[in-house]
Amino acid sequence: MTSNQVLSEVEYDVVGKRPVRPDGVDKVTGRAQYGDDTNLTGTLRAKVLRSPHAHARIKFIDTSKAEALPGVRAVITAKDLPFASLSKKELGGEYTSLKFASDHMMASDKALFKGHPVAAIAAVNAHVAESAMALIEVDYEVLKPVVDVREAMQDGAPLLHEDLRTNDMGETGEKPSNVATHMSYSIGDLDKGFAEADLVLEKEYTTSTVHQGYIEPHNTTAFWNSDGQLNLWTSTQGSFQVRGTVASILRLPVSQVKVTPMEIGGGFGGKITAYLDAICAVLSKKTGAPVKALMTRTEVFEASGPAPASWMRVKIGVKNNGKMTAVETEMAMDAGAYPGSPVMQAIVCAFACYDVENGKVDGYDVVDNKPKTAAYRAPGAPQAAFAVESLIDEICAELNMDPIEFRLLNAAKEGTRRIEGLVARRIGLVECLEVARDHDHYKSKIDGPNGRGVACGYWPNRGFQSSVVMTVNYDGVVSLLMGSVDIGGTRASIAQQTAETLGIGYEDVKPTVVDTDSIGYTFITGGSRTCFATGLAAINAAEDVKSQMISRAAKIWDTNEDDIEYVAGVVQHKSDEELKLTFKDLARQLATTGGSVSGRASVDPSGEGNGYAVHIADVTVDPDTGKTDVTRFTAVQDAGKAIHPSYVEGQMQGGAVQGIGWALNEEYFFDDSGKMMNPTFLDYRMPISLDLPMIDTVIVEVANPGHPYGVRGVGEVAIVPPMAAVGNAVSAATGNRMRSLPITPGKILEADWENGKS
Amino acid sequence: MAKIFIPTMLQKLTYGVKQVELEARNVRQVIEQLDGLYPGMKDRLVEDGEILPNLAVAIDGDVATMGLLQKVGENSEVHFVPAIGGG
Repeated sequence: MTSNQVLSEVEYDVVGKRPVRPDGVDKVTGRAQYGDDTNLTGTLRAKVLRSPHAHARIKFIDTSKAEALPGVRAVITAKDLPFASLSKKELGGEYTSLKFASDHMMASDKALFKGHPVAAIAAVNAHVAESAMALIEVDYEVLKPVVDVREAMQDGAPLLHEDLRTNDMGETGEKPSNVATHMSYSIGDLDKGFAEADLVLEKEYTTSTVHQGYIEPHNTTAFWNSDGQLNLWTSTQGSFQVRGTVASILRLPVSQVKVTPMEIGGGFGGKITAYLDAICAVLSKKTGAPVKALMTRTEVFEASGPAPASWMRVKIGVKNNGKMTAVETEMAMDAGAYPGSPVMQAIVCAFACYDVENGKVDGYDVVDNKPKTAAYRAPGAPQAAFAVESLIDEICAELNMDPIEFRLLNAAKEGTRRIEGLVARRIGLVECLEVARDHDHYKSKIDGPNGRGVACGYWPNRGFQSSVVMTVNYDGVVSLLMGSVDIGGTRASIAQQTAETLGIGYEDVKPTVVDTDSIGYTFITGGSRTCFATGLAAINAAEDVKSQMISRAAKIWDTNEDDIEYVAGVVQHKSDEELKLTFKDLARQLATTGGSVSGRASVDPSGEGNGYAVHIADVTVDPDTGKTDVTRFTAVQDAGKAIHPSYVEGQMQGGAVQGIGWALNEEYFFDDSGKMMNPTFLDYRMPISLDLPMIDTVIVEVANPGHPYGVRGVGEVAIVPPMAAVGNAVSAATGNRMRSLPITPGKILEADWENGKS
Repeated sequence: MAKIFIPTMLQKLTYGVKQVELEARNVRQVIEQLDGLYPGMKDRLVEDGEILPNLAVAIDGDVATMGLLQKVGENSEVHFVPAIGGG
């Protein structure tokens, strides 16, 4: 029995419906153009030589033999890149030093993870390029690596960067450290809060490095024209971020770089960082030819950005009636080779589901000899939720209290002040909990070797900049141009918001994702922001169109604009019922009333969407093998307004599935030398459809007051609760509390043995 | 008067004071006045003429999009919170 429910509060004509996606035909017929489909005349193929060591000093690189190989057109090393300073820039959605960004793209003095680029080759084909890689001689001084976040924090741990000192909110540490940043926030009186508690529990949790697992590997094609213009065709979540990164690293004005985003075969946060673009650009400049690079799956695992491993300590105090009196956490996440883990997001999200007067959160961003981590849906929040929601489950068991009733008693609501200080506006956590409590799944019985777990989660959903341009064609069809790359159906959802605002049909809006020369700055498709912020830009641009259409009608009727109104796609005189034109009829008269009408808008909304979700998971654990099967799963989420409910359900189901993989299977295995031992999909176990039940969804719609249709954003929070929900279910089934992800059969059996169960 | 919430890590500079009320029209004035009251505050909040890269300023719950130029209302709440992107 599966179901998808939408609990709508407001009905619209186009918004909230489920039209066919505009890019659907191209995608199901194989005609959609992905990055690797870019084939310019004379394109060379690039290959990247990568460090075999996780930590090594590069003493010298000799490329002469490779350069002499017939078919090789160019070889580059870090020496071919401009000098990069330690000054910081916003690159790929995060602030980092140019030296770190440049060194990440190609190591200059040290290789900091296995797979770190040290040289790159452009050749007439990939086979020649691969042959040439074997001819490059690199002399390494191999250094001891560190690949565990807590070990990396210890005094005496191998240092990755001799000049890196801990930044304690603007205060720099005295000695070099792998702890790049420490941040702390608090509210109320922690000691008083714990003193008031009848029960205080404190536990530690760990999670492993995991990958987003997008199907399409990173790829790019670069052509540095002789007029100085650099063109890039790439698979990315943010064409403007690629432009900014490449321009900064190569010291170019941004207008000299044009990025065309191709269709994207999955990203989940991992397609924000530009790994290959500047490399191919420099090779193209050297050769005068287009250069294309495509990562192998092993390169994707070893050298793109996974989500961080984490160590977390959580302490919670409660009264006997279940009311929380104090909360505290320390969270450390590894950033990989260069600073920038999402631990600060983790500490913001950790207790955001709860209204608690006394709390303290500390976050540590730690470098170690792993690939530099990247964003992965709600970066940092899933790990934090695993720890906090697991401890809450233990507290509920101690108090013999229903886990949803406990959460309802303590739930954040409008007016709740979070630990970092912000006060919640209208949010939908209570509504989600009530729906979960009353759901058939939660009310059904469960027994035997089965267990049920519940968890909730939060993600802020901040806005950022978006731009939209739309033009009314003379047949009444609106061409809609946007800079947001379409990962999860945003062509459709932005077109729906446009159509709703203009009062026209969805089929009369033709959305196109365009290059960086064709639209104003637009931030990444990520952070659950696109349907919200780009949607807001589309609504504003549509309002611009409406006012111009009124102006044209005023010309035709020789009347004042103030006497005309725009109602549901019809332009009409307020007092003369005879004067009325549909959008299409008026569009046909544009050519004779001044020409085309274009609307445009750039927005930078400052509010938060505030996404909340509650998940219920049932599992069966085989007592002999420790294998866990998820037998039933229900995801409840406040979407604010589901513009296209099918895509929202897809995001909820996808987040749950990725979370189940994170909970039960997925992890990077490193050997003592820091080498990843499982860099293929055969050995890195992601769940497939045979491993999973259908994920039931319930969309709750508590409108976001900061968006005309109430949109909150949906992609991120869907992955926040599932690891905790599954972990709590496994603990219920086995009687053993699992505090380390992934919860493998081995860990379950070990816990049984430790508890003398078998 | 705008109410400024001092981040936990900077309360050493304020000798434990958690909130300050100031008359300021924008974030720049908030920080200048904080630095006047508690020397060293500006260096902990501003780098290269902008808010620290991993920080954001929130005025009345909205994350400021104009950095130091963001207007502060007469009775606004001002917070310095972690910058958040997403995946």
